Amino acid sequence: MIEARGLTKKYGDTLAVDNLSFTVEAGRITGFLGPNGAGKTTTMRLILGLDRPTSGTVTVDGKPFGRHPWPMREIGALLDAKAVHGGRSAYNHLLCVAQTNNLPRRRIGEVLELVGLADVARKRSKGFSLGMGQRLGIACALLGDPQILMFDEPVNGLDPEGILWIRNLMKALAAEGRTVFVSSHLMSEMENTADHLIVIGRGRLISDCTTAQFIAANSQQSVRVRTPQPDELTLVAVAAGATVRDDAGGALVLLGMTAAQVGDLAFENGIRLHELAPEQASLEEAFMELTASSVEFHAGTPAGPTAQSAHAGEVA
Amino acid sequence: MTTTVTHEALVGGAVGRQPPGRAGFVGAVRSEFTKIRSVRSTYWTLVALVVGCVGIGALFSWGQTQRLLSFEHGTAPRGGKVPPGFGEHIANEIRSQAASISLFGLLIGQLIIIVLGALAITSEYSTGMIRTSLTAMPRRGTVFAAKGIVFGTVALVVGLVTSFLAFFTGQAILSSQHVSTTLGHHDVLRTVIGGGLFLAVCGLLSFGIGAMLRHTAGAIAAGIGLMFVLWILSQFLPGPPSGWFGQEDIDKWIPFNAGSAIWENQANGLHPFSPWIGFAVFCCYAAVAIIGGLIVFLRRDA
Repeated sequence: MIEARGLTKKYGDTLAVDNLSFTVEAGRITGFLGPNGAGKTTTMRLILGLDRPTSGTVTVDGKPFGRHPWPMREIGALLDAKAVHGGRSAYNHLLCVAQTNNLPRRRIGEVLELVGLADVARKRSKGFSLGMGQRLGIACALLGDPQILMFDEPVNGLDPEGILWIRNLMKALAAEGRTVFVSSHLMSEMENTADHLIVIGRGRLISDCTTAQFIAANSQQSVRVRTPQPDELTLVAVAAGATVRDDAGGALVLLGMTAAQVGDLAFENGIRLHELAPEQASLEEAFMELTASSVEFHAGTPAGPTAQSAHAGEVA
Repeated sequence: MTTTVTHEALVGGAVGRQPPGRAGFVGAVRSEFTKIRSVRSTYWTLVALVVGCVGIGALFSWGQTQRLLSFEHGTAPRGGKVPPGFGEHIANEIRSQAASISLFGLLIGQLIIIVLGALAITSEYSTGMIRTSLTAMPRRGTVFAAKGIVFGTVALVVGLVTSFLAFFTGQAILSSQHVSTTLGHHDVLRTVIGGGLFLAVCGLLSFGIGAMLRHTAGAIAAGIGLMFVLWILSQFLPGPPSGWFGQEDIDKWIPFNAGSAIWENQANGLHPFSPWIGFAVFCCYAAVAIIGGLIVFLRRDA
């Protein structure tokens, strides 16, 4: 279990993490979600003691991470796949890490087997692809058979097979009662994996609830309509309080009304409808909307209530 | 590339239950030793150190025999007559400095050990490995101590090997003109062991600078500046009578001059510090760098 209380980190004048309080419970996958630059990595660094908080505390199973007798049995972390010396072989990399916590040598073979790097164990990691680097980082995190696993954007750079593999791995780890804390800037990724979501933006907590609650609370109902009289419909719908936007395919999308209300409205005004379909806005859109005010680097999208960002999560 | 992950594969049963005690210094030392022996740059640098020191020492020793030969033939190296018996005088001079002459390569060797000392810590930052290291072992003082001790030990062992190899090679060459010395002679053993100590402390000084700067190129530049450039600049200071302070008052405090007192010959009078006092001053410089490095290592975000 990870507990942050009033966690704050300033780099010079920049407030990277702002009074953040949350709890990561055992036995489930907790997604840590936020746009790039929201402070996810900084928060993870604070948990590990790599950075010192400006104020506030964060504890791991009741005490600061550095106080645990065998740190690798407590937390296994993959912060970024490049945190290795490229001149060292995968085996020697894991060996020098394992030795710090007196872990047995055969554990190295096991984790290499588990992540599928056994064949390249003696190769220098300099030549590894991004995906292989991620697998090596995960092998390193699993070395101490830790109770808590922390992955920072683990699917970055992975092919679909690798993404599926990580997803299954995280589920298996959580099913064993471990704490899994995984960050992402992609809602779509978390939607399929996480049981619980902690959403932050600009270092501040935006939402902390189960994934199901998040979906229920944030999915906006919309109605998709095709009509030969789009201008008339737009006029009456806006007058009735709905938000209307054109969808690229020549249909209208109405927000703020149910399908029944739209149907009635059209009937009362004598507008013919060719299509009337209720739609669930994607979670990605909900996430974008939720964090829109807190994105640090806007990608120049037009403002206004009808502007739905077309590049959800693509802010590299 | 499996997609199913079984409990057996995950746990493997190999880690076992949490043992008593805590991760500490012994594990950290073993880890640091694995780190230093598992990258090629260590071996290349160490080979360069040995070859450089022995080679340059041999070359310098050979040069001395040639200088002596020309004097013994009654001519100065650049022409001109010398008085009879002058050859014997030169032979005695070389013989009294034979150990230091064979260690002349340390002038270059110090630059190489500076590179190695800096890399021992800056490579953790340039590669990002430091984040992995400090996640596995968050007690930073332990990590720093283990790193320093492992590097210091390697540097000392290799430094001593280098110094002795350079000594024996140099003496073999000097013996062709019967101007060599042996370890049994006065101060010779101290000189040769001192060569190894000098290299090790040089490396540790650079290690401390590396920990402060966390940047390979910066640390190497600073190390070379401190050891080599400062020494060259000190050569331009005015001599004793020309100012209100004597050249030697500053000269002896220059890191290279203080540190090399232990292995350079004293006969030329360039070292106002006695060998061990000079070396102690040099160790203080290294200690300041290491303590500075430790403070940065403990305090700054990794």
